[in-house]
Formats: sequence, structure tokens, C-alpha cells
Amino acid sequence: MSIFLTENSKVIVQGMTGSEGRKHTQRMLASGTAVVGGVNPSKAGQDVDFDGASVPVFGSVADAMKETGADVSVVFVPPKFAKGAVIEAVDAGIGLCVVITEGIPVHDSTYFWAHAQGGSTRIIGPNCPGLISPGRSNAGIIPADITQAGKIGLVSKSGTLTYQMMYELRDIGFSTAVGIGGDPVIGTTHIDCLQAFQDDPETEAIVMIGEIGGDAEERAADFIKSNVTKPVVGYVAGFTAPEGKTMGHAGAIVSGSAGTAAAKQEALEAAGVKVGKTPSEAARLMREIVGG
Amino acid sequence: MDLFEYQARDLLASHGVPVLPGGVAETPEQAEAIAREIAAPVVVKAQVKVGGRGKAGGVKLADDPETARARAQDILGLDIKGHITHRVMVAQASDIAEEYYFSYLLDRSNRTFLAMASFEGGMEIEEIAVTKPEALARIPIDATVGVDTQKAAEIVDAAGFPAEVRDQVIAIAVQLWDVFAKEDATLVEVNPLAKAPDGTVLALDAKVTLDENAGFRHPEHDALEDVAAADPLEAAAKEKNLNYVKLEGSVGIIGNGAGLVMSTLDVVAYAGEEFGGVRPANFLDIGGGASAQVMADGLGIILSDPAVKSVFVNVFGGITACDAVANGIVSALDMLGDEAIKPLVVRLDGNNVEEGRRILAEAAHPLVTVVDTMDAAARRAAELAA
Repeated sequence: MSIFLTENSKVIVQGMTGSEGRKHTQRMLASGTAVVGGVNPSKAGQDVDFDGASVPVFGSVADAMKETGADVSVVFVPPKFAKGAVIEAVDAGIGLCVVITEGIPVHDSTYFWAHAQGGSTRIIGPNCPGLISPGRSNAGIIPADITQAGKIGLVSKSGTLTYQMMYELRDIGFSTAVGIGGDPVIGTTHIDCLQAFQDDPETEAIVMIGEIGGDAEERAADFIKSNVTKPVVGYVAGFTAPEGKTMGHAGAIVSGSAGTAAAKQEALEAAGVKVGKTPSEAARLMREIVGG
Repeated sequence: MDLFEYQARDLLASHGVPVLPGGVAETPEQAEAIAREIAAPVVVKAQVKVGGRGKAGGVKLADDPETARARAQDILGLDIKGHITHRVMVAQASDIAEEYYFSYLLDRSNRTFLAMASFEGGMEIEEIAVTKPEALARIPIDATVGVDTQKAAEIVDAAGFPAEVRDQVIAIAVQLWDVFAKEDATLVEVNPLAKAPDGTVLALDAKVTLDENAGFRHPEHDALEDVAAADPLEAAAKEKNLNYVKLEGSVGIIGNGAGLVMSTLDVVAYAGEEFGGVRPANFLDIGGGASAQVMADGLGIILSDPAVKSVFVNVFGGITACDAVANGIVSALDMLGDEAIKPLVVRLDGNNVEEGRRILAEAAHPLVTVVDTMDAAARRAAELAA
């Protein structure tokens, strides 16, 4: 098992014909992902060749779903058009919509998140690397060759820290690694992933990576206390971040005394989570738990 | 991006929110001219992006234009909690009968927008929330619907505004929502929203934060940026499209990915404890590409920082291959030539790492040390800066 993404997932790419979309569709296909179509209204009916694999382009998400049975969409469209793309995917009723695009206005992401409530679509991101269930499927831009299938579940706000952690624990492997994104408003939270990993029989332990800004980690800590029985190892980035400065990710900002790394670490530790001082130390803590 | 009060006031006024006449001045002479035009007692207010300016002597009344000039003279240049006052706002003074509070903000925790309103104003909202929580209404706003007159009435009634100002505050609540939604703001706060003795309700002070991600919809917002106040290194980095934040330490940092760079700062500070408190000098995320040019631009900025004593380049090759990064570092050092004068500690991991390390070993640049792990590399960089 894995969470959100399995060997049966059929993936379409919104923005497949753009440069980023094309590059990463190629990579997703190369890692064995069933990419069954792309969406671009002005190129509907065409086929795009990826090293011999021909992928059809559809005029809409609904058409692509009808023709291919797709249940996952990966969004690469530029910020200006991202709101429309996500709303289209939600209205078509796709099960999972992974929004890679960085730089979407928060009024747009708040809108599409509200729009998706009560519907059947899980949104991951925006401003995220997507998710990978190694050996099964890869929806987004996480390199598929870092590690293999295994028993650790990973949820992270940061892309490169996801890669770093997968690399540190590459011999043990991962059920699913989910990059939830560094924006102030995101579709899938640490808590959603913790719940899914708790319910996934293949996942034995969970790594949770957080960073400054907001209170998602504190809420996750509360959730862990009463709902997660599997061991959780944590890492939080941004102890040295000054107040009031955005550190790369739009959501990574300490406002007054709120959103500090220290508060997040404290909350996690109070919930019984072992928190590493560096990514490598967090990896060592995980190793002590799962062996290897 | 946080706006100055005068910018916030102009933005509110452009959406119809009632404000008092006024203008912004950079010299005492300009302040006098504005006061003369208003032809009434004025208040001269320091324009700094920090609270508590009244207590710091940054807000003064003036009955006539000459006094306004003198007060502006006093306030311009004033240091308020580390913020130097470069401008004052000169606005018509108003007697206040009652003070209220009204704001819209992004509520990250609940992934929605929130209206907060209280008929008790005149103090910081944190204070109202603590001392009179029952007087503070918190009403979530559905992002797909927004605020119309009916929703505004719900907020105003929940906040318990007096009947005689209800209709005025409802109209202002709709106008403020217009500011919040159309300007892509993440905060619009009016404190105080004041009732003058004649019963008119006015926005007397406002804070506005704009979403920089929405800049493509608002080219006019560029002009609101306080270019003069930016750190010169941050300004230079911005010109080269680099994601750079100046910090106080002595280890220059370059990395890829916001999370990894934040983590690198922490790991350096942690390692630096051993060397008398060595700290990172900056945040710099060169992103996925890490081309030679970007690496050279980044190194150029960091090496021009006199506080920097060593540099830590920390890259995890995910999509980017480490050999490309290594080539980037070698070419960057070539491009910089004699300007490269500080030791570099490089840690590469991930995609094609062996080839990356081989390239750096072969180049054998005298300033470059390659260390295999992030923790050990951070320690080495801290040691070199100690």
C-alpha cells in the first residue's frame, strides 16, 4: 500500500505542453508512472511524443477523464492560470489534484480550496514538489531515483528537504513521500498525511518535516497526541529566521512571536515526537526506530 | 509587502473609504505646505512600519502650518525602534467621539478569510483579544462569496456597533472588502475606525499587507515598494532575481530550495555554537537551475558582503545534477577571478554526486574544500569563519 497514489493511478498533466510540464512528464513516464494524457484546450487532439511514448492531449480535464479514466491531475500551468486549472479539475471531480505551480496569489488558492470543499477532489500544494510512491507512481517533480519502496512515510513542507531525507534513508525506503508545499494556504496538510499514514498498513513510521510560519506543526502535534500510534520523527527548519522576513517560501515567515521553529519543536516534542536538530540527526532517530 | 500608513490611506481612499484630507512630506517645508492647504489643525505622524510610534514621540499635533513645519522637523530622522523616519504624514486633526476596530485578514489556520471587528477600539487588537474577548467579533468569510451588504451587516451586528453608526460601518465594511479582494491584500486593518463628534465615521489609521505573488495583476503595486529602506545587498540580489535575505552572521550561505537553505542556516548556527557563536550571514536560495551564471551572481553578492568570512555552498541534486552544480562553482570562481577571496566549503549530495565531487577535486581551486555531509560541512564553514 501507499497513500493517495498507487500503481493503479492514472495521471494527466495540466500544462503538459509547456516547458516544465513537458520535462517532468518525461520524467514521470521514465519512472513508470501511468501518464495517460495532457490537457490544453488549444492543442486538443494532438499527441505528444516522449521518447516513443505517445501521450494524447485533451481539451479539458473532463474529456481526459472520460477518455482515459484518469484519477490524478498534476498542474504545471503558470500562476496566472492556475486558479482556473484547479477549479476545472475540481469541477470534473478528479480524485487528486497536485498543484506544482509556485507563485499563485493566496486569494486564488484560498478560493480554489473553498471551492473544493464538499467535492471529491483532494488538492496537494500549491508550490509543492508533488508526491511519490516509489516503484509505483510519481505525480510531480520528486526525483524517482533517490530511493525505493519501503516502510517510512514522509510529509514535508519543503521539496529539497524531502529529497535530502529520502536520500538519508534510501536503504530503508518509503511507502509514500508527500511534499505538501510552502504556501500559506495549502490543500493537504500534515494532519491529512499523518492520518493516511496511520491508516496505511505498509507504513511503519513517519517523518514529518515542518518550517516556520503558521501553526500547522502545532496542530499536527495535537493530532499526533490523540490519533497517531506509529512512531513519528520530526524536523523543523527556520530557527535562525528573523521576524517578519519571508524565507523563500511564501508561507515561511515568523510574524511577531507566532510561527517560530522553537514553538513548533516544543509542541512536537510534547506530543512524543523525536525532533532532530539537523536533517541528518532526524534520519538517525528514524534509523533507531525502524532499524537498518 | 507591508505598506506605510500614507500608502494604505491612499489605497483605502481610492476604494471610497472615508479618510481625512492629508498628504505625505519628506521635508519640513513640504509638511508646512500640506498643513497650509488643509487650513485646519493637523496631526504630523512619522511614517514607519512599526507600532508604538506615538509613545516614541512620532505623532504630534500642530495648530498652524508653522508649527506643523516645526513638528515635522522634530519627527523627521527620528529613530523609532530601529526604524529611521524618512517621511511624515500630515493629516487634518480630528476630534474623536468613539474609536472602533475593523480588519480583514488571511486566516492561515482555517484556510479562509476572517473579518475581525469591535466597537472597542484605540488599542492593539492583541490587547482587545485578551482584555475584552467578548467585544471582538470574528466572522469567517467564504472566499468564493466575499462580503456584500448582508455579510457586512452580519459582521457589524456581531461586533455590537452602536445603532447610530451601523449603516456607515456597513458601507465601510463593504468598501474595505473591496480593498482586500481587489488589491490582493492579506491584511487590511483600520484602527482606529473613528466616529467624529458630528457622527461621521472615518478610517484614521490603517495597515495594509499586499500579496507579492499577485504582483502580475497589479503592476502599480511596484511603486509602493520602499526601495530606499532595502538593505543594499538585498537590493542588488533582487536585481539579479536572487532570493536573498541579509542576516547578521559571518558564514555566507548558498543552497537550493527554501527548506534546505533555512535548514542550512540552522545547522551552521548550531555548529557555530562551538566556535563562539558563529552565525549565518544570509539566506540565499538559488533554486532548481543552479547554472554557472546564477552561481556566479550568488557568490558575487555574498563575497561583496564585508561581514562574510567563509562561504558554505550546500546543494542537494534532485532534478539538478551535481556535476552541473560543480561546473557552475568552477566557472563562477573563474568569472569572479580576483574577487573570490574567501574560503568556500562545498557539500554536494544526490544526483550524480561522484562526478560533481570529481570535477571539484580536479579543479583543485585553492579556496574550495569539499566536505561530504551537511553537518560536517557546516562545522567546517563555521570554523573557517571563527
